[in-house]
Amino acid sequence: MGSIIVLDREGKEHKLNAQSGLTIMEIIRDAGLDIEAACGGCCACATCHVYLDKDSFSLLKSMQDDEESMLDQAFSVNNYSRLSCQIEYEEKLDGIKMTLAPE
Amino acid sequence: MNHNTDVIIIGAGPVGLFAVFELGLLNIKCHLIDNLDKIGGQCAELYPDKPIYDIPSRVKISGQELTDDLMTQIKPFEPIFHLGEQAENIKKNEDNTWTISTSSGEKISAKCIVIAAGAGSFVPRKLPIKDIEDYENKSIFYSVKNKNFFKNKKIIIAGGGDSALDWTNELSNISDVTLIHRRKEFRAVPESVSKMLELEKENKIKFILGQITSINGSNGLISEIVCNNGGVEEIVKTNYLLPFFGLKMELGPIANWNLKINNNLIEVDTEKFETSIKSIFAIGDINTYPGKLKLILSGFHEAALMAQKCFSYCYPDKKNVFRYTTSSKDLQKKLGV
Ligand SMILES: Cc1cc2nc3c(=O)[nH]c(=O)nc-3n(C[C@H](O)[C@H](O)[C@H](O)COP(=O)(O)OP(=O)(O)OC[C@H]3O[C@@H](n4cnc5c(N)ncnc54)[C@H](O)[C@@H]3O)c2cc1C
Ligand code: FES
Repeated sequence: MGSIIVLDREGKEHKLNAQSGLTIMEIIRDAGLDIEAACGGCCACATCHVYLDKDSFSLLKSMQDDEESMLDQAFSVNNYSRLSCQIEYEEKLDGIKMTLAPE
Repeated sequence: MNHNTDVIIIGAGPVGLFAVFELGLLNIKCHLIDNLDKIGGQCAELYPDKPIYDIPSRVKISGQELTDDLMTQIKPFEPIFHLGEQAENIKKNEDNTWTISTSSGEKISAKCIVIAAGAGSFVPRKLPIKDIEDYENKSIFYSVKNKNFFKNKKIIIAGGGDSALDWTNELSNISDVTLIHRRKEFRAVPESVSKMLELEKENKIKFILGQITSINGSNGLISEIVCNNGGVEEIVKTNYLLPFFGLKMELGPIANWNLKINNNLIEVDTEKFETSIKSIFAIGDINTYPGKLKLILSGFHEAALMAQKCFSYCYPDKKNVFRYTTSSKDLQKKLGV
């Protein structure tokens, strides 16, 4: 099992166990961190927005159209923004780092 | 206007719609209230074209098809819809009935209330800017009620979906419109996108690439907005802003109805799906109980059990005889088959 590192909105760092097959949103949500994920991972709410670290970002598969479109409904989007429910954890993502976007 | 009925259903999502059917079989009449201007809740608003695969016996059905079929199924019961209205206040009357008042001033009275409110009302997503409420309905508008209000005014429209582009195109005839969006791709229908790009080429509208980061103004009136594009700031003078960032769900006024609520979900028992207040029920995504699954399927089951208990409130002197639609002449008569 690997792990991911998540900075919450207070800047506190959390190291979360990560299992292949789960999405990053599910890992964050099930660890009890404050992520709304209102649509449960259907790419329909943009409330699972995270900012990846630059290096981590480059490890990810590129965004599909529907994720890019849904990001239009998020705020403070930057070049390293992703919807965490659209990223599936796999071994090569061990140790990736991200920050929860503001609510 | 005042209305009187047996049951008020708050929410016209799939579960609220199916509740009309289960109640209708028991001769119980319904009014439904929904904040959206359309029927179907999440299925119609969030994923009309996406297929659902776990509705029993429907191998594959889209959100919109499910909504349309439910409407056909409940047609014999002639439900009355109050769309584009939010259920705001609830009052208990002396005869133990309830009166709900809506955002547009309607008053509806009924013997029972069924809350099928999903994750709450669909409301516009607001920019995360401090004290934004101060500007709302003075300088910031989430919908256009009377477009002449914006005539000859300088307005900013923000967003990249259908509402943003439709209003950019429409208002460009009478106002000085600037569209702000974070990328030069738009998820609106292709015709509106090409129309907008054409207007931009002809200098009939202005397009700014970026995201709004702050608003300056006072007494609820905007004087300028600041947008940011990859670290480069641009200040735009304007008095009016129309942000179109889609809808989100918010529990809203129901939170103040003194129901037992846990994490924005209403606690119910699993026999009748009644809340902590007698004759108020909660079914579908809005309720919580041990083992709850937020599935349409579960909501349908909850509707059937809720209806049995509602019957005893609506017809206290009558005995409810359990019957199947396959064999009951009486039920078939109600269904008009
Ligand atoms: C993208 C996506 C895919 C999904 N896929 C599936 C699937 O495959 N299978 C499945 O079973 N489920 C699925 N779901 C979940 C399913 O859509 C919900 O379980 C279902 O919509 C719940 O129905 P509901 O009637 O309880 O509430 P909703 O559909 O949420 O409807 C509630 C309605 O109540 C209205 N409302 C709330 N409060 C008020 C108020 N105070 N006044 C007026 N109106 C109010 C809201 O505006 C809303 O229209 C999916 C959800 C999403 C977002
Ligand atoms: S959880 Fe809704 S878009 Fe990711």
